[in-house]
Amino acid sequence: MSRQLWPYLVEPLRARRGATLLSVVAIALGVALGVAVEAVNRAAVEEFARGMRTLSGLADLEIRGSRAGFDEMLYPRLAQLPQVEAASPGVELDAKLVGRDEPLHLVGIDLFRAASLQPAVVPEAAEAGERFGLLDPDALYLSPAAARWLGVEVGGEVAFQSGLRELKLRVAGLVPGAGSQRLAVMDIAAAQWRFDRLGVLNRIDLRLRPGTDAAEARRAVHALLPAGVVALEPDEARQRQANLSRAYRVNLNMLALIALFTGAFLVFSAQSLSVLRRRGELAFLRAAGLTRRGLVGWLVAEAAATGAVGAAAGAVLGIALAKLALGALGGDLGAGTFASGAPRLSVDPIATAGFVALGIAAAAAGALAPALEAAATPPARALKAGDEARSLARLDPFLPGLAVLVLGAGAAWLPPVGGLPVFGYLSVAAMLIGAILLMPRLARALLGLLPGRGGAGWQLAQAQLKSAPGQAVVASAGILASVALAVAMAVMVASFRDSLDVWLGQVLPADLYARASRAGETGFLSAEDQAVIAALPGTSRVEFQRQQNLLLERDRPPVALIARPLEGKAVERLLPMAAGGAAAGGGLPVWISEAVRDLHGWEVGRAVTLPLAGRPVEATVAGVWRDYARQHGAIVMDLGRYREITGDALANDVAIWLAPGHAAQAVAQALRDLPGGRGLEVAEPGEIRAVSLRLFDRTFLVTYALEAVAVLIGIAGVAASFGALALARRREFGMLRHLGMTRGQIAGMLAREGALVAALGVAAGTSLGLAIGVVLIRVVNRQSFHWSMDISVPLGGLALFAVVLVALASAASVLAARRAMGMDALRAVREDW
Amino acid sequence: MLILEAVEKRYADPRPRTVLRRVDLAVREGEYVAIMGESGSGKSTLLNLIAGLDRPDAGRIALDGQDYGGLDDEGLTLLRRSRMGFVFQAFHILPHLDLLRNVALPLVLNGVGRQETAERARAMLEAVGLGERAASMPRELSGGEMQRVAIARALVHGPRLLLADEPTGNLDADSAAQVLALLRGRLADSGASGILVTHSAAAARTADRVLTLDRDGLRPAALP
Repeated sequence: MSRQLWPYLVEPLRARRGATLLSVVAIALGVALGVAVEAVNRAAVEEFARGMRTLSGLADLEIRGSRAGFDEMLYPRLAQLPQVEAASPGVELDAKLVGRDEPLHLVGIDLFRAASLQPAVVPEAAEAGERFGLLDPDALYLSPAAARWLGVEVGGEVAFQSGLRELKLRVAGLVPGAGSQRLAVMDIAAAQWRFDRLGVLNRIDLRLRPGTDAAEARRAVHALLPAGVVALEPDEARQRQANLSRAYRVNLNMLALIALFTGAFLVFSAQSLSVLRRRGELAFLRAAGLTRRGLVGWLVAEAAATGAVGAAAGAVLGIALAKLALGALGGDLGAGTFASGAPRLSVDPIATAGFVALGIAAAAAGALAPALEAAATPPARALKAGDEARSLARLDPFLPGLAVLVLGAGAAWLPPVGGLPVFGYLSVAAMLIGAILLMPRLARALLGLLPGRGGAGWQLAQAQLKSAPGQAVVASAGILASVALAVAMAVMVASFRDSLDVWLGQVLPADLYARASRAGETGFLSAEDQAVIAALPGTSRVEFQRQQNLLLERDRPPVALIARPLEGKAVERLLPMAAGGAAAGGGLPVWISEAVRDLHGWEVGRAVTLPLAGRPVEATVAGVWRDYARQHGAIVMDLGRYREITGDALANDVAIWLAPGHAAQAVAQALRDLPGGRGLEVAEPGEIRAVSLRLFDRTFLVTYALEAVAVLIGIAGVAASFGALALARRREFGMLRHLGMTRGQIAGMLAREGALVAALGVAAGTSLGLAIGVVLIRVVNRQSFHWSMDISVPLGGLALFAVVLVALASAASVLAARRAMGMDALRAVREDW
Repeated sequence: MLILEAVEKRYADPRPRTVLRRVDLAVREGEYVAIMGESGSGKSTLLNLIAGLDRPDAGRIALDGQDYGGLDDEGLTLLRRSRMGFVFQAFHILPHLDLLRNVALPLVLNGVGRQETAERARAMLEAVGLGERAASMPRELSGGEMQRVAIARALVHGPRLLLADEPTGNLDADSAAQVLALLRGRLADSGASGILVTHSAAAARTADRVLTLDRDGLRPAALP
C-alpha cells in the first residue's frame, strides 16, 4: 500500500478516538499480560537455572532423593565406580529461620570434594589462611544476596529452627560465587548433626571420567540407587523444575489470549460500526476506483494500525508489569513453585515480538468480517442515504456457528495434551466463537418475540431493533462475550470457594492444630516432644502426623507423603473422598489424592510400589481423596505402618481434641509454654479456615479485577456501538425532533434500545457463561491442577449483576448518543431534502 | 467515446420489474449530455451501469472501445479509477480529511507521485475557487463549496468521462447556478465528456444535448 494512503487510514481512526482507544486498550492489556507472564517466568527459570548451575557446577550427573534423603553409604559406593572421576556429597534443605516466614536454602558440602566439582559454592575463607574454619560446626557462609536479605555481616549470627530448638550459627564468611542466589553453605557433617540428619544425604554430584560412555555410566549408577532415588543430568533437573510452573504459566497466558480475543472482538465491533457509519464514504471510494481487495486491505490495515499501537503500548506495559510483579510477588507470581528472591528481569525479544505480532493479528482478524462485508456491499446501493439498516443484515452464519459450538462441546471431553488442558481451552474458545456466530439468528428470533406494543418510545425502539437486527447483534455480542467470561469465572470461583470451605471442614475435625514449622523442612517434633504434647492436660485425644515426600517418577515432581493414625478407622469418613471404597489387597493400603491419580495413572485397587526408606514397599490404592493443598499430589498412609517401615519417629503436625470443659486457648497457651513451644504454630480450625479463605480471596482478587475490566469493556463496547449507531441515525433523530419528539423522548427510546440489546447479550452470555464455567471446572481446572470441585452457581449475585449491567448499558447508550440528539440532528435532516 | 446498445436492467427484489428497456446512447468525445426523467424512471440505475457499478441484464456498454462485458469487478474498478469522475447529490466528501487530501484522493489511488499529486490537487482547488481553503475541513464549508470540492475531485485526475447525479439537488438556486457553470466550464477545459442526471430543466439546459428517459428508453427532450 502506498505511503500516500496512510493519512487516509489514520484520519478516520483519529476521528473516532473513543472506539479506537477502547480497542487499543484491550489489545494493549492482552499483549501486556502475555509479555509480563513470559518475562516473569523467564526471569524465574533463568534465576533457578543459575542456582542449579551454582550447585551442580561441573557435575555430569546429579543423584537426588526425597526430602527424607538416603543412606550416606551410597556415596562411597558411587565414588568407587570406575566411570566416576569425582563425587561430591551434599545435604540440601530449606531451613526454617526464627522470626521469618520464608526459609533459607542451606547446603551442606564436603569442602574438599566440592572444590573440584562445585567451585561456586565453596566459601571464601573469611579468616585468612583458615580454610579449615569451614569445618567449624557453628560456622555458616552466606551468599551476598542472602546476607543482604538477612541484614547480617560476617561475624553476625543467624537463628534457625531445628526441630523445636533454636539453632544459632555464626556467619563466618561469604560465598561470592553464589552471586544473586539466596544461599547458605556449611560443612556437611555440621549440617547433618545440627539439623538431625546424621547418616543421611539427599544429593550427590558426580563427574564422569573423560571418554566414559555416558549411557553405560548411567546404567552402572542406576544399579546402585535405592528406591526413590534418581540420577538426573543437570539439564533434566533444570527442565523438571521449569515444568513445575508450566500449568500456572499456561493458565495466565490463556488469560492474556482471552484479553486479546476481547480486543479482537472490540475491534470487530468498532470496525463494524465504523463501516456502517462510513458506508457512503466507502461506497464513494469503491466508485472512485478502490478495488474490493483494496478496500478490504484498507480496512484491515486501519485495524492493524490500531493493533500495532496497542501492541507496542502493551509490550512496554508488560515489561513494566513484569518488573513490578518480580519485586512484589517473586518469580512464581505467588504460585509457590520457585523459592528464591527477586530474580532479575529478563525480556526475550522474540517472545515479546511474538506477542506484539499476536496483538496486531488479533486486531486485523477482528476487522476482517466487517471489511469483507463492506467490500461485498454494492457501492451503487450504499451510495444512497438511508441504506444503513441493510448493513450487517446478511451476517447470519448459523450453521458454522452451530458446528463450532458442537465442536467446542465435544473438545471438552478430550484428554489433556502433555499435561495441559489444550482441548479445554479450545472448547472455551470454540463455544465463545460459536455463540457469537449464532447471535444473529438468536437476536432475530428473540427480537421477533417482542410484542411491538407500548408507548411511542417502546414501539420505536422495538421497530428499530427488528428492522436492523445486525446492529443489535454487534452491540449485544460484545456484552455476550464479556458476560460469558465474567459468569464463567464467577461460577468457577464460587464453586472453588464453596468446595474449599467444605473441604476445610472435613480435613480439620480437631479442636486445635499445631505444627513445627509452616515454612522450611527443619522444624519437627521429636519423640520426646510428642510425648510431652500427648501428656498435656485438657486434651482427650492427640494425633500426630508426619509429612515427607516421595520421588515416584524421575521426570515428575515429588509427591507428599502424609502418615497419620488410620489403623482401625473408617478412612472414608476421615478424608474428603473423591472415589474409593475398594478393599485393600495384600499390600499396604494408601489413599491417593486426585493429582496422583491423574499424574501417575494410579486407580483404586491398583497395586503400587512406594519407595520408603530406600526400599520398594508394596501398597494398594484404597481410595482417592480430594486435596486442595498440594498440586503435585499426596499419598496418605497409616502412621504406625510408616514408622514400622521407616523407623522415622518424628512428626510435623499435631491435631488435638479437647477434654470436656477445657478451652482451646488454654491448651494453645500450654503448648506455647512448652520447651521449644515458641517454634510451634498453634491455631484453631476456625482461624485456619479464615486464613485459608482470606488467602483464597486474595489470590482471586486479580480474577475479580479482570472480571470487572471485562464487564466494563463490554459496557464501553455498548456505549461505543450506540454512539456510532446514533451518529449514523442522526437524520432519523432529526426527523423525530421535527415531528415533535423531545430530546428526552429520544433519550428514552435509546435507553430502551440499549436495555433490550444488553438484556439480549446478558441472557445469551449468562447461558454461555454457565456452560463455559462447567468446562473450566470439569476440564481446565481438573487437567491443570487436578482439583475436582462441586459446582455452585451464585444465583443472587448473577441476578444482581444482570440487572446492574442492563441498567448501565442503557445509561451508557443514552450518554454515548447525546451528541447525535442535539441540533446537529435537526440540521442533518437537510441532507435528505 | 461511450456507447450503450440495447441495454436492459431488471430487478427481482422487492418486486420483479424492468427498470431500463432497450436503452441506446452514444456520447461523443467532449460532449456534455443531460438526462432527465421522472422519479423511478431509472436515471440513477443508468448512471450506475455506465459507471460499471452495476451490470446490465442485456445489451452492451463500452467506453473508449473497452467493452464492460469483458471486464470483471476489478477491471471495471480500474476503468473507473482511471477514466471516470463522479459528482453526487450528497457530495460524499470524506469528513476527516482536509480539502486538499479530498481532492488528491483520485491521484493517490492512481499512483501519482507525492509532489505531482499535491501540485495538481492544489491547482484544481484554485480552479474551483477554493485555493485558499486547501487546509479547511469539510465541516467548515457550505453546500455549494462542498460541491465545488466534489467537482475538483472528479476532474483532478483527467478522466475521460464525468458522471454527475443530481449535483445541485441539495443546493439553493444561486449556489446551483454557480456549480453548474463551474461544472460546464471545467468540463470544457478538461476536454472530458459528461453525463448529467437531473430533475432540473435549468440544470439540463447547461448541457450540449438533453435526453429524457422513460419506459421506452432514451429520446431527445424538448425543454420549455
